[in-house]
This record gives sequence, C-alpha cells and structure tokens, in this order.
Amino acid sequence: MTYDLTGAAQRVRPKWTISAKGISPVLGKAAADYGLIFAFFAGWQIASTVGWLNPAVFPPLDRVAQALWSGITSGALLDDIAISIQRAGIAFISAVGLGIPLGLVMGQIKPVERALDPILQLFRQTSALALYPVFILLLGLGETSKVFLIFWATIFPILLATIGGVKEVDAKLIEMARSFGASRATIFRRVILPASVPSIFVGLRLSATTALLLLIAAEMIGANKGIGFQVMNAQYNFQIPLMFAAIFLLAFLGLAANAVLVLLQRRLCRWSVASQ
Amino acid sequence: MSVAQISAKGEVTIRDLSKSFRIDGDSLTVLKDINLDISGGESLAIVGASGSGKTTLLRVLAGLTEPDSGSVLIDGEPVHGLGKERAVIFQEPRLLPWLTVLGNVAFGLEVQGIPGDEAAERARHYIRLVGLAEFEGAWPRQLSGGMAQRVGIARALTVQPEILLLDEPLGALDAMTKMTMQEELVRIWTEESVTMVLVTHDLEEAIFLADRVLVLPKTKDTAIRLIDIDLPHPRDRSDPDFVRNRRQLMAEFGLH
Repeated sequence: MTYDLTGAAQRVRPKWTISAKGISPVLGKAAADYGLIFAFFAGWQIASTVGWLNPAVFPPLDRVAQALWSGITSGALLDDIAISIQRAGIAFISAVGLGIPLGLVMGQIKPVERALDPILQLFRQTSALALYPVFILLLGLGETSKVFLIFWATIFPILLATIGGVKEVDAKLIEMARSFGASRATIFRRVILPASVPSIFVGLRLSATTALLLLIAAEMIGANKGIGFQVMNAQYNFQIPLMFAAIFLLAFLGLAANAVLVLLQRRLCRWSVASQ
Repeated sequence: MSVAQISAKGEVTIRDLSKSFRIDGDSLTVLKDINLDISGGESLAIVGASGSGKTTLLRVLAGLTEPDSGSVLIDGEPVHGLGKERAVIFQEPRLLPWLTVLGNVAFGLEVQGIPGDEAAERARHYIRLVGLAEFEGAWPRQLSGGMAQRVGIARALTVQPEILLLDEPLGALDAMTKMTMQEELVRIWTEESVTMVLVTHDLEEAIFLADRVLVLPKTKDTAIRLIDIDLPHPRDRSDPDFVRNRRQLMAEFGLH
C-alpha cells in the first residue's frame, strides 16, 4: 500500500493564498500587515470630516499633520523633542549601564542576590510616581529629579531580566565548558553572557517602554518643556491638533526605540529562532 | 599483553574508589572500593542497573565529581579534577546554540587557549571525520538529533584526548541512527587510537563497542564483574559468537 503524501501536502495549503493569486504578492502582504491600521486612520479622517466625530475633540488627521509640520518647521516642537529624548535617553542609558552589570553579578553570585533581593522587591513594588515628590525634595524641580524618576522605573525591567537570563543558563552547558577545562571567567564570557543575551533584550525593550511612559508622566506633572508637557499644554490651550501631534510623536518615539532594539537583537542573536 | 598496548597512552588505574551522596540526611553509597585497570587504547563499557553508579564512576574519571576516597591514576600519575588528556561526550549534545557547527567543535580547543585559526583547522578535520563537512556553517537548531550528537563527538575528539569518556552518548537516538553511530564510534576509535570508556544501558551496544564489559552490581558488597568480549572489530551483530556474548551478558542481569 502506498500513501499519497503529495496530495496531503497540497490539501493542507491554506485556501486564501489561492484566492489572493490575482493581487501582487507584495501588495497582498502589505494589506495583511497594515490594512487594519490604514482603515483606522481612514475611518478617523472620514468620520471627523463628515462630522460623525466631534472635530473639536477629534480633529481631522490633515489638521493634526499640519500642526505637527508647523511645529517642526517653526522649531517649537523640536526643542520639546530634543529635551524629551535627552531625559529619556540619559535615564535609559544609565539604567542599562547599571542594570546589566548588576544583574550579571546578582544572577551569578547567590549571596549578593539574596542580600539585595528583598530591598529590590520593595523598591520595585513602590510606584515610581509615588516617589516623585521625594525625588523633587531631594533633587529639586530641575532636570535631575525627572531623569532620576525615569531612571528609577527603567532600571527594574532590565535588572530583573538580566538576573533571570543568567540564572536560567543551562547548567549542562556550563558543565560541558568546565569539562574542557574552561575557567570561571571563560565560562562567563563564552557561555553565560551569550546565553543571557535574549532575555537581556526582553528587558531592554521593556525598559525602553517604561522610560517613555515615565517621561510623559514626569513632563506632565512638573515641566515646562518636552513632548509630555506639550500634550498637557496644548489641551489646556485647546490646541487639539497640536495635542494629537504630540501624542503621535510619542507613539513614534516608542516605535522607533523598539525598532532599533529589534534590529540590534536580530544582528546579535542570528542563532536564535525567536529573533528571526 | 602486547608491547603496543603497554606503551599506549591513556592508561587508567582506579584504586579503592568510593563515593556516596547525602540525600535528605541519609548517606547513599554509590561506589564502594572499586579497583580497575584500563589499558591504553582499550574500549571498556560500563553497564549496570540504574542506581549502580555507572554514571558516577564516569564522572569521577572525568573529574566532574570528586570521590570520597581512593584514587584515579592516568598513565601512572594521580589525577585530581579535570584534565586535558580526558574529554567527555554527554548524553545530550550540549551544543552552544549561538555557535555554528564549526564554532562548537572548535570550542574545546579555544577554551584551552589554542588560537582561532589553528582551532578551526583542527576542528574542520574532525567535522569531516564525523561526516558533517557540508554543515560546518549550520546552527545547532538546524541539526537532527544524530547530527547534533556527531558535533558533540567531534568537539571531544578535536582536543585530541587520550581518554574519551562517553556517558550514554547514543541513548537519546532512534534505533537506526543509533546503530549507524555505533559503527561510526568503532571506526573513530580504531582511527584515533584512544582509550574509550563508555557508560551504556544497552547491552548490545556494550558488546558491539567494547573489548571488556564492566558490570556494576546493584548491591555494593558484591564484587564488580569484568567480561571479555573477544571478537574482532568491526563486529557482526548476527554472528553466533556475538549472540553468545550477548546471551552471557544478559544472563548477568537475569535476562534471557
């Protein structure tokens, strides 16, 4: 008896690829990936222009784009973008610069982790925003307290992800390296560090999101510059298109940060299936 | 014993070796007063029921586990801990997923401080030997179980050990791949003139590969048994002498 394997393989091929045969494959893929978001914006534009949505609250997108463009060309928004990137950037880089090395040490040396874990858990569970008044009292109303607030919230995701990554390294791989006479330093460099890279990247992406989230909060509460401030300020002055322009800028910053990290991860983790 | 065997490197002497583990406060004796001589270039299989201590014995030989008492001598010299003259092939391939086949095979040499170019050149030789020449640039996730285990074998061979320690290396493979790999191991062992100590739970594998089979008893006061397998290599599994040896070894475990 023979089995009709080719026939079975043809049957499991999904039908919709055949029906989409007429459209060019590139267009079909673009429609599948971005169709819904395009429809969302198109719906917004139409609903606002026709008047299904109150244009005072949801202005048509062309007015938002106009506000964004004039904000950028006049340079008014550029200052806000620069200061926001600076705040989030300094905090993120400091958090990463401290979080990764600390996580690598804590993940490897049990007594250090045991000693630091309770206090870290307490700090982590204390909302960073609740501590903002404390930071202001300590560091003043200037840049330092804002950057420190973002740094405070940003360090935990990267720190915990790094600790987790180091602790989850397969003990059998470490033993294999040991069996070839690898020193502790070599095992760290050649086994533990590369094995932790994927979870470190998970932490980096979480931290980047957190940094932007806290940036907005800090700028909304106590700033006179920055994209977060512009969102609030535009709303007070009823410049709704400008408000949306600032909101879209923030979304774009988040997307851009994530895209950079994903790109970096793909380059560093070509070996891993998850990064493909 | 022939002159060639006496001069061969990779001679192992085990004297009064004992090891016990503490489990929930109780002491469990795993190895008790083991004495054994393995000559250089010999192929020895260690068999025994689970709990007989065969893997522990191999790990002590590798230097991964410290014995409680007794000594291990290699070429007459007492050894403590790990050494370059021994290499381990584990049950799982234990490949580093971020290194290619070439990187994995060269790994052992690189951690021993051999420069990258030289390590890669030697690694390529052993990649060819295990039949993976076309796959040196592949990632471990792209390999089948049998191919991954070949990489593990090549990695151990690349450091050119005198003694190859194999811990159920083919235990996780399917029956067909396993038989092919057994033939490969015999070929490699003959070509590389290395001492081979193999832990296995597969009695046929023991007879196919080993000059002598060490049977570890489950009760620690019973003496260990050594069975000579006096058949020329490569061996024929259906040969009457092979079958007779297998029957004899199975009888050691009360099997028929």
